[in-house]
Amino acid sequence: MMRLKINVEQVAKGLLTVVAFSALASLLLIAVFIFKEGLPFMFKVGLSDFLFSSDWNPPAGKFGIFSMIVSSLYVTLGAMLIGAPLGIAGAIFMNEFLPRSMMRVIKPTIELLAGIPSVVFGFLGVMVLAPFIREYMGGPGLSILAASIILGIMILPTVISISTDAIAAVPNSYREGALALGATRWQSVHMVILKAARSGIIASVILAMGRSLGETMAVIMVAGNTVRIPHSLTDPVRTLTANIALEMSNATGLAREALFATGIVLFVLIMILNAIAISAMKSKGGKR
Amino acid sequence: MRISPKFTQALAVLVLGSATLLTVLVLLFVVAFVLIKGLPGVTWDFLSSAPKEMGKEGGILPTLVGTVLLPLLAISIAMPLGVGTAIYLTEYTRETRMTRALRFGTDCLAGIPSIIFGLFGFIFFVVMLKMGWCLLSGALTLSIMVLPTIIRTSEEAIRAVPNAYREVSFSLGATRWETVMKVILPNALPGIVTGMILGVGRSIGETAAVIFTAGSSLRMPMTVFDSVRTMSVHFYILAREGISNEKAYATAAVLIISVLLINLVAYTMMHRFISKRSK
Amino acid sequence: MLVSKNSSYLLGLAMLGTLLVSGCGKSRENITVAGSTAFQPFAEKLADQYMTTHPDVSITIQGGGSALGIQAALSGAAQIGMADLVKLPEEAATLKNIIAARDGIAIVTHPSNGIKGLTTDQVRGIFSGTIKNWKELGGADHEISVISREAGSGTRSSFEKIVGNLTLTKDALIQDSNGTIRETVANDSFAIGYLSHGLINEKIKAISVDGASCTEQDITAGRYPLVRPVFLVYSSTLSPAGQAFLDYVLSEEAQELIHKNGLIRAK
Repeated sequence: MMRLKINVEQVAKGLLTVVAFSALASLLLIAVFIFKEGLPFMFKVGLSDFLFSSDWNPPAGKFGIFSMIVSSLYVTLGAMLIGAPLGIAGAIFMNEFLPRSMMRVIKPTIELLAGIPSVVFGFLGVMVLAPFIREYMGGPGLSILAASIILGIMILPTVISISTDAIAAVPNSYREGALALGATRWQSVHMVILKAARSGIIASVILAMGRSLGETMAVIMVAGNTVRIPHSLTDPVRTLTANIALEMSNATGLAREALFATGIVLFVLIMILNAIAISAMKSKGGKR
Repeated sequence: MRISPKFTQALAVLVLGSATLLTVLVLLFVVAFVLIKGLPGVTWDFLSSAPKEMGKEGGILPTLVGTVLLPLLAISIAMPLGVGTAIYLTEYTRETRMTRALRFGTDCLAGIPSIIFGLFGFIFFVVMLKMGWCLLSGALTLSIMVLPTIIRTSEEAIRAVPNAYREVSFSLGATRWETVMKVILPNALPGIVTGMILGVGRSIGETAAVIFTAGSSLRMPMTVFDSVRTMSVHFYILAREGISNEKAYATAAVLIISVLLINLVAYTMMHRFISKRSK
Repeated sequence: MLVSKNSSYLLGLAMLGTLLVSGCGKSRENITVAGSTAFQPFAEKLADQYMTTHPDVSITIQGGGSALGIQAALSGAAQIGMADLVKLPEEAATLKNIIAARDGIAIVTHPSNGIKGLTTDQVRGIFSGTIKNWKELGGADHEISVISREAGSGTRSSFEKIVGNLTLTKDALIQDSNGTIRETVANDSFAIGYLSHGLINEKIKAISVDGASCTEQDITAGRYPLVRPVFLVYSSTLSPAGQAFLDYVLSEEAQELIHKNGLIRAK
């Protein structure tokens, strides 16, 4: 019997190793693909011209994506400012201050949002949100604000679901301990539970941030897609992803490589943002 | 003057409650908007017949089938790969710089625009591997796309299982694998299911990546090598080419209801599983 | 317990898998047509019609855009590519082509806009940004919201080529499909855009150009200037079945179908 147990264990470990490596290999494949298509371009055109010039005019050989980098960052920031606080607040409220039965109904309904295609959100934006913004805030309606709001709504399910799971996974003994010491519910939440669930909540924010930066369809429909550096919330902008999608049908040769190079820039941007988020999490922990 | 904790609590409840209310209201608005515009067009005929007159008339039956098969296949590929990787990273390896780098890399890949996945899928599966536009190309591409989400959420779920559980299991003589299967996975199940639902949701909602790999054919798929059209792609085409807004919204309505049903089924199955175990 | 649930899940998956992978051996010839999403619905209708009289052929229509259509025809992923560009790009030089239909490009505004017609010069002025306000054209005192398609769009390149000497203003809003342009213009009383004439509905208004309207009569008479062709491209190795389908597309029955559904005949 003992020998049988060891064999199962070894098989399991072997199987898992294979699985893990194939998963990671496929992800690596994508990364290699993007870099292979886009890296040569960066050297041909010159990194500083590519990244820091706002002159985007492929027929004339100009490939400056600076205004789009700025626009992507603004739109993602806006989406995070809307989606992250609302999402985390919702997750806390549902877990700690609502009866279990209500949460069992509300959580799936919010996850419903995750299945709605981005095009539907985009259409909603064009037909409802953009005219509203144009009416009450000026500008053409298709703007940073419209894109941020739509994106913020789209990342809500990700933030809420994952944060909820993180909070729910905190053992009840933590809650009971805090309450036994005389804390109010809210005190037990922000002094004990949030700290314990921190890594899950940060994971949800990171995934959401990646999602916002990479979202294409909905943003194309409501952001206006004008190539310029925005000066106000109601200015139309073009994000990096929108640029890829819009130019894709046109692109041959150098222009096509430019789009993959844009993909690399997106990848690097996400890496930077993620790294900042992770170090913020680390420093919060050490600050006590 | 010290603010009483009771007051802070009341304030917190107010703020958090309003945030939740706002979220729920926004969600209801989105859903209501689509349902109000779309439900009138959802008839039995709509659900059971194929599109006619370029989608201006008829129904969406082939897309219903496509919407079931494609995400199902994609998730069937992504779940074992993703959960297995998560188990491997948390239970079978130590936390090294390598694992941290891998986790970081997977997180970053979660943000690559779907259109790039679509292009990759097209160049690799459709053209290079000569699979053509079909279910398999689409499912493989989609599974790579949702893999980071599944790995990450499963990992978080597994890590959230308290170490005490593991220690008790080992002290009872269980092997690592037995601990994983009998103690850790059942306890991490809610989080893993969340990852699965998010993955399914994303697969159902994808358009560009699907068009480039699974195609947009309106025929009923018979094998994995047939092209399919999902309801999201159908909405995308109907709305963008201005073919029929009514049919588009009706499709979206069916889509939303389907996602709701899938979520409900997943959660009911999960709760039944958990309550069976706790007996 | 978990193990047995796992194995039944695996068994079910295996059964589903074999079912899907087997499939009946098809003795029919498969033709894939890919490319322009604007022409895709028309191609589907034509293919459906064609297959009722030719059950030995199975035609699958894919979208993906005109550029993808040309690439697919070149790489062999598709036998026929659909491209609604005003002129085929140089990489398509090795492919043969036919013109399946023609498409009028309508300039549209919101129904409440008082302007009914423009000259080509005025159109050029608006879209290049030299004319910025509706009052310069006799309309309300408000900035003109210019809406255009993206750089790779066949509609746009046709539009700009035909109007001539046109560099789009940097302030133009860009939408990436006919449908979204229609929705945007329908919701903005000061917007102006252009789209395929088959998409005009009561929510937007078409403007006449140089006195001619975007109707079939004016277009076939040559009065209305904004027209572009829909190409079907294919390599010289196209099978006889594929050739037969192309002949069908040019036949009277197919052209009548195209005409009835909002495009314009090839001739």
